[in-house]
Amino acid sequence: MGKGKRLQALTVERPATIQEAVQLLNDGGDTAKVLAGGTDVIVIARSRRRTIDLLVDVKHIPELTAIEWDPGSGLTIGAAAPCYELYGNADINANYPAIIDSASLIGGTGIQGRASFGGNLCNSSPSGDTIPTQIVLEATANIVGPGGERSVPVEDFCTGPGRNVLEQGEFLVSLHFPAPEAGGGARFLRFIPRNEMDIAVCNAASAVKLDGDTVRWARVSLGAVAPVPLLVQEAADALVGNPLNDDTIAAAAEASRNAASPIDDMRGSIRQRKHLSAVLTTRTLEQAGARARGENVPSVGGH
Amino acid sequence: MANQIISATINDEPMEFLADTRDSLLEALRERIGLTGTKEGCNDGNCGACSVIMDGRLVNSCLVMAAEADGAEVTTVEGLATEDGLIPLQQTFLEEAALQCGICTPGFLVASKALLDANPNPTEFEARYWLAGNLCRCTGYDKIIRAVLRAAEA
Repeated sequence: MGKGKRLQALTVERPATIQEAVQLLNDGGDTAKVLAGGTDVIVIARSRRRTIDLLVDVKHIPELTAIEWDPGSGLTIGAAAPCYELYGNADINANYPAIIDSASLIGGTGIQGRASFGGNLCNSSPSGDTIPTQIVLEATANIVGPGGERSVPVEDFCTGPGRNVLEQGEFLVSLHFPAPEAGGGARFLRFIPRNEMDIAVCNAASAVKLDGDTVRWARVSLGAVAPVPLLVQEAADALVGNPLNDDTIAAAAEASRNAASPIDDMRGSIRQRKHLSAVLTTRTLEQAGARARGENVPSVGGH
Repeated sequence: MANQIISATINDEPMEFLADTRDSLLEALRERIGLTGTKEGCNDGNCGACSVIMDGRLVNSCLVMAAEADGAEVTTVEGLATEDGLIPLQQTFLEEAALQCGICTPGFLVASKALLDANPNPTEFEARYWLAGNLCRCTGYDKIIRAVLRAAEA
């Protein structure tokens, strides 16, 4: 696809502050794009699918790469902090293993050295492998723009394939994850035809908070089965107030199968994706439950 | 076409060079500095032939803008060998015949170096997982993995 091809004529700016970046993006209009890890936007600039004449490299703005953990207020990760920094972070490993699940299976190691959760969200692909994780962990997107700051729950961020709530001149500064609660656990899984390095046929994340055996709170999110990553409220409804067992998990899985509205394409059929929605809901709920009970469920890859 | 001056440390050597503002780091390495050891494979982040280490981290240089390398430290395949000769990884690649056509080899060497820097004693699974972003259509990978694991023992 990109072989032998140069990027379209463009320049790269490297602002040091949020205000400078807002100015550059606002002045640049539609043809100015944020450069974080570059693993999507450079491919787009080379393929010339869109006109891009300015890349605003936000990685020299301290807020964009910071990782801040506080047991009371939770975790804030800069929108451009790469996956490599996330799975290398002891606090994230200890408190948010589902973030490690996603960070350690996006692309190969060279992609993980650059690609960020913020970039994955802003690329707004229905199959983004970090987005279901962000949704079930109740992440909020902290946005800044010419009109000031605002926060959007991640489940409301994507509005269609490649589209999201960002307005002209706005960009994502950071993602905030609430502090984990006792009895909580979350898990992300992806189905692809091989072990690594592919785009999800279907992906899913689940999070539960248990009181003893009873589910007091739950979230299930699916990717690659609708125009945007889905928060499946009906799956949570099947669980909350009930014990987490084979029957309730089966009911949640059936809710996921019904919520999925996938397309047929080269990666999978509608039938396969609906089936996978149920399978991955089952497995992520079982493993989120195991993590909630304090069992060690490693992310793949040995990171 | 607009040029910019990039100051970077490439293979431990501080240098300044001119690059087009739209150059990728891969293009700048190959065409502005003449370090053609780093290969272009797919040019969109799938194959790993262009792997380099930038500021201690493995990256695909086709997905890095040359402008981003300003102020950075970059290690390419040319920077692996020392005055004493080949590093153990390069030696075991030769001894295990871990290459046939050779196009993927610089990327595999750099990615494997980054692996052993981060994890000096990887399991076979860890080595295969780390190197999943590097594609080889000749060897079937087994010889490459053997070379990496033997270099780890060295």
